[in-house]
Amino acid sequence: MLADKDRIFTNLYGQHDFGLKGAKSRGDWDGTKDILAKGREWIINEVKTSGLRGRGGAGFSTGVKWSFMPKEVGARPHFLVVNADEGEPGTCKDREILRHDPHKLVEGCLIAGFAVQAHAAYIYVRGEFFREAENLQAAIDQAREAGLIGKNACGSGWDFEVYVHRGMGAYVCGEESALIESLEGKKGQPRLKPPFPAGVGLYGCPTTVNNVESIAVVATILRRGATWFSSFGRPNNTGTKLFCISGHVNKPCNVEESMSIPLRELIEKHAGGVRGGWDNLLGIIPGGSSVPVLTKDVCDNVLMDFDALREVRSGLGTAAVIVMDKSTDIVKAIARLSYFYKHESCGQCTPCREGTGWMWRMMERMVSGEAEIEEIDMLDEVTRQVEGHTICALGDAAAWPIQGLIRNFRPEMERRILARRQARL
Amino acid sequence: MSLHREEPKSFSFDAETLVKAKQVIAKYPEGRSRSAVMPLLDLAQRQVGGWLPRAAMDYVAQFLGLDPIKVYEVAHFYTMYNTKPVGRHHVQVCTNLPCWLRGSDQVVSACKKTLGIGVGETTPDGQFTLSEVECAGACVNAPVAAINDDYFEDLDEESVTRVLEAIKRGETPKHGPQNGRMNSAPLGGPTTLKGEG
Repeated sequence: MLADKDRIFTNLYGQHDFGLKGAKSRGDWDGTKDILAKGREWIINEVKTSGLRGRGGAGFSTGVKWSFMPKEVGARPHFLVVNADEGEPGTCKDREILRHDPHKLVEGCLIAGFAVQAHAAYIYVRGEFFREAENLQAAIDQAREAGLIGKNACGSGWDFEVYVHRGMGAYVCGEESALIESLEGKKGQPRLKPPFPAGVGLYGCPTTVNNVESIAVVATILRRGATWFSSFGRPNNTGTKLFCISGHVNKPCNVEESMSIPLRELIEKHAGGVRGGWDNLLGIIPGGSSVPVLTKDVCDNVLMDFDALREVRSGLGTAAVIVMDKSTDIVKAIARLSYFYKHESCGQCTPCREGTGWMWRMMERMVSGEAEIEEIDMLDEVTRQVEGHTICALGDAAAWPIQGLIRNFRPEMERRILARRQARL
Repeated sequence: MSLHREEPKSFSFDAETLVKAKQVIAKYPEGRSRSAVMPLLDLAQRQVGGWLPRAAMDYVAQFLGLDPIKVYEVAHFYTMYNTKPVGRHHVQVCTNLPCWLRGSDQVVSACKKTLGIGVGETTPDGQFTLSEVECAGACVNAPVAAINDDYFEDLDEESVTRVLEAIKRGETPKHGPQNGRMNSAPLGGPTTLKGEG
């Protein structure tokens, strides 16, 4: 188990003061000026060496992402945008950073902003997180008053402002280009890529978009060293990570653990185990609603990291673990997610706009058992017509849970269709 | 766009909101005030009392020098803008998977029973509107209901009823977990971070 001294988010549960005084006592804003003095090249290299992969779901190397920004600032200013539009069902980790450790995020913004040569950061916070945005704004105001951000931030010679922009309820705005559109005051509909935000982002300017957790760990990584961070987890899957454990466990919770921790250990050590014991487990969605469900036999041994979960045809996503015990109607559970994606499709791409509706309606037929057996394959076919045929990944995200259901729980789907047919006879 | 029966004919920011609106616009680079459309619509909605009449959208459009359609499409795209009146207390129960697994159906039933209305309805006295919403992002504290700006967490039939009854009596019940736990730490105490932070 990760030792407390190696935990980054030491105020995860809000046991202590979230404000500047409390944050400083936990080590935030310590020697920030010296970190900046080492230069942007050193910062980017150190973050690359740490192995930090984006914590928003895609798992792309944060340091490499930063290096995509133009080396010289041209006529267009650079921007840093932080994605705090947390809304992937199962995921509630960024909320804790925003409300309990906001200074880690603000300090991270300064360092990341400096590294990508941005003088301004916009933090896009989901609208429902009203109280969380209040705490974040308070932290920004405290930091500005203390000279940590603003003109000549931390005495570094770099001017840097941080602004909060609240969303208003649209899951798709968690997609980085939709988020940028929304920040520009438009409907949050994703943009075609390329061009990528590093070339053409906010207001047409070079922009880096990072998840809250990715930015909030940066200062600690630079203070303690890339090798410290990379000593946790397996190669290519390094670091510590916030896990959200929800559903049928005895004690749902958020916890910071080492990457690559076995799934079973994570649940049994921190969440009080599966309700009714491990053998009462039906399946687990290991990385937020978009990733395919795992069956118990896979859960027995799988490690919680990007590569291990990819090998079992699922994903780490946001590390939001949704546990379902044997009392769960698994078809209904996935149908609920299908409804969610139908509700959240922005309507821009036809396969997603129409396909999410089709998938949800077919899933409802699977729930009631009124579908025919052949419709299972038809449903699978529909998911494959949506997957990969849309501008953003929302279409994929709608397809994958159903594909996981068919792959792992097909007998249950067939059972209820046959049961309904027999009841009719 | 259909106009609601109770549509006010005109709208303008009051003095307090006007100050806030100017602060909002100052966050964005010069010439980029369109970025302020979402926060300004939110301010307008708060001033009206929880919803956005068309007059308010038109006012925001004029305020920012935008074509009204650009504001209408934003107001209709994002679910937190209410284009119809809502009650003073907007009870929004999350029914997405993690909340459903822990009994959001029972929470919705308890809300219906306590308030005497169905989902999507408002009490005749205009005090409460009940809605089902998509993931609130507090899944380890499921089931969750947002009432206006506050989250009420770890709900069950009994505790959500208690919260609603308290609001009915004009009280301000404590938000956050309703089962005595500390935020998102495991019930009974954390397994980590037990020493001094």
